[in-house]
Amino acid sequence: MKYSGKLWTLLCAVALILMCALPVSAKTLVYCSEGSPEGFNPALYTAGTTFDASSRALFNKLAEFERGTTKIVPALAESWEISSDGLVYTFNLRKGVKFHTLKDFTPTRDFNADDVLFSFMRQLDKNHPFHKVTPGAYEYFEGMSMPDLLKEIVKVDDYTVKFVLTRPEAPMIANLAMDFASIFSKEQADMLMKAGTPEKIDLHPAGTGPFQLVAYQKDAVIRYKAHPDYWAGKAPIDNLVFAITPDASVRYQKLKAGECHVMPYPNPADLEAMKTDKEINLLSQEGLNVGYLAYNTMMAPFDNPKVRKALNMAINKQAILDAVFQGAGKVAKNPIPPTIWSYNDDIVDDPYDPEGAKKMLAEAGLQNLSMKIWAMPVQRPYNPNARRMAEVIQADFEKIGVKAEIVSYEWGEYLKRSKDKDRDGAVLLGWTGDNGDPDNFLAVLLGCDGVGGSNRANFCHDEFEALIQKAKRVSDPAERTNLYKQAQVVFKEQAPWATIAHSIVFEPVRKEVVDYRIDPFGGHIFYGVDLK
Amino acid sequence: MITFILRKLGVLLPTFFGVTLIAFVFIRLLPGDPVLLMAGERGMTEERHARLMKEFGFDRPILVQYGSYLKQIAGGDLGKSIITRRPVIEEFMTLFPATAELSLCAIFLAVLFGLPAGIIAAVRRGSVFDHTVMGTALTGYSMPIFWWGLLLIILFSGILRWTPVSGRISLLFFFEPVTGFMLIDSLLSGEKGAFLSAVRHMILPSIVLSTIPMAVIARQTRSAMLEVLGEDYVRTAKAKGLGPGRVIGLHALRNALIPVVTVIGLQVGVLFAGAILTETIFSWPGIGKWMVDSISRRDYPSVQGGLLLIAAIVMSVNLFVDLLYGLINPQIRHTD
Repeated sequence: MKYSGKLWTLLCAVALILMCALPVSAKTLVYCSEGSPEGFNPALYTAGTTFDASSRALFNKLAEFERGTTKIVPALAESWEISSDGLVYTFNLRKGVKFHTLKDFTPTRDFNADDVLFSFMRQLDKNHPFHKVTPGAYEYFEGMSMPDLLKEIVKVDDYTVKFVLTRPEAPMIANLAMDFASIFSKEQADMLMKAGTPEKIDLHPAGTGPFQLVAYQKDAVIRYKAHPDYWAGKAPIDNLVFAITPDASVRYQKLKAGECHVMPYPNPADLEAMKTDKEINLLSQEGLNVGYLAYNTMMAPFDNPKVRKALNMAINKQAILDAVFQGAGKVAKNPIPPTIWSYNDDIVDDPYDPEGAKKMLAEAGLQNLSMKIWAMPVQRPYNPNARRMAEVIQADFEKIGVKAEIVSYEWGEYLKRSKDKDRDGAVLLGWTGDNGDPDNFLAVLLGCDGVGGSNRANFCHDEFEALIQKAKRVSDPAERTNLYKQAQVVFKEQAPWATIAHSIVFEPVRKEVVDYRIDPFGGHIFYGVDLK
Repeated sequence: MITFILRKLGVLLPTFFGVTLIAFVFIRLLPGDPVLLMAGERGMTEERHARLMKEFGFDRPILVQYGSYLKQIAGGDLGKSIITRRPVIEEFMTLFPATAELSLCAIFLAVLFGLPAGIIAAVRRGSVFDHTVMGTALTGYSMPIFWWGLLLIILFSGILRWTPVSGRISLLFFFEPVTGFMLIDSLLSGEKGAFLSAVRHMILPSIVLSTIPMAVIARQTRSAMLEVLGEDYVRTAKAKGLGPGRVIGLHALRNALIPVVTVIGLQVGVLFAGAILTETIFSWPGIGKWMVDSISRRDYPSVQGGLLLIAAIVMSVNLFVDLLYGLINPQIRHTD
């Protein structure tokens, strides 16, 4: 008994020593990304690949989107108040938020109002010392009309910041949750300026995000480690690696071989095999996008809603889904995707009715109509094969006696020419949402301000415009929802587009990956993801 | 020899100048402009477009742009990428070692197998070996690189799991690059298993990239050898009673090598072209993929600078090949 007791103690001691001696293996998640980031300052770029590598890993914004949803939640701002006139947004900043400690930068203070001011004024003020340290443009900041919208940004105290607007803008908080609004460290900027290397702020920035940058080898690999002092708690994984793998088939082979855990943008042809693969979970979700055919509502005969409606009725959308999306899509009846709040599900889509369409065209006094269909030369999330889509529509129009010629241009040229107000023909294009707000679709794509620009239908309709402008000004979500629902009714009556489809996003992940969620904005976010 | 080199350089300079012109003009002839591509579907106002074009200097007349570009490269500055905003030379130098390492391995493989295959096929003309080598060479030459690469990945990486799918080294190894050549850096790192991992990653891409040059070298060696084997001096050598090894190795091969070396030199250009596809399939971070990305985004400074540097390398290799002739055959040694 005496000996067995000693033996037991000895065994326990050995076990304890062994447990201490065993290295706790670090959890490393490998993401086979599709390309290299253009840089690490998300304010300077517009590509999702860049946002994945920068804003979504390294930074936080004042407000953010809850992972896997379009719901806005507090982030670096714990709360905010909006003045009754909708012109002043007061943000109460979170205390105790740490910036990353890098090889050449050790932060001496926590995040505060100075960092917010630095991050926005750098984009807003052309004379700011950091405005031009990296040549180029703050494309999203300008694109979201921030220079016109922001009257001033005021530091009230270390933890309170006021954004004063020139006009009420209900989607303001959603705008500030976008990638361009990432918060940089002013302390790091000052340190780099002093050292004479201010441009380093955009190459190796210190953020407050869940991961910090360790190393980047262009076109090869990006390495991150979990931010140990992350304000929302350390990430469950210890290391995050982006293995840059441009070819989708190769990404799939790497996923199968266990060389990566998550991959984006699978080949549609591989989906069936992925569904049956025992090692892989194929996640899917409706994308926050819409693919459409925009008529030029300024040019006859497309200035007549009856003609547009008739053409819409001639398009067999289900055939397009089968031929072009191969099942990875959903018929679109509204100009906003169903995942966005205020989506009007009561709207009934135009029926596929070639005979009815013929009749309507005759009523509009049109015979032997010939037109052009513009097909994009590139693959986009909302349209995997525009040429094929154009061919299906061409065949549909043929059935009602409309002769359609398919035209295409190089992508840059396509984008440029399709904006012309006197453009001949209907344009295939689409949109992926930036901030989950209906305004980001309805105002950008169909508002009067966008005519000759992002509004490819050149649609400027008084009733529709009044509704979306009012929705911009009111801050009550219920009222906004109502206004946007009405706007969708007007849209359906006026038919400036044939709404074609919302794509379905697929993301294969290995079985050992826990709680990976598809981001409705098309991003790839790894905070909160674990490995079994 | 020095006069020869100077004379060659004299010819290369206008060629180099021509490359600058072609690189500059051709990328601008492509429709679409980089500023519009940056904005995407969102588009931008005319004023903003004009402002950005001015900022990048693309609003000036093309001749003025070309003039300032020449002045810039004369000062050793290739400009900054309008996408990544980093100096072009810096981007090139980061990526070039990966392409150079892959190309060197590929050309090594191509010569290692292509040359003996061609020699044996010539010596055993009409034999099964000859037909097999020439048939394989033709197949290799006609094989689409993309398809061939994927096929090898699916077989050796996917099914047999013998080789890694892509990349230059296992992600488990992490060290700062010293030379940029992974085989050397992995040895210098001192990390156990790093070199072996780098070698395993090199196998499939170098096989794929070497396929076409190997086929060309085998076919060229065979035809050059056949021509030389019928020459009088070879017959004389045989009549003198020299062994087949000495006849083929010393007399025939040495003379047959001239066109073969020329072909090897020319294959350097082919390797750069092939690298574009090979690098994409194997996620190899080299200049091939970088050039394609730069062209598709109309990144003028990167395309111009990249083409210039690639042209300089190809020209240097060809100059080196010209010099090599003298070493192989003293009869055509270049005189001062």
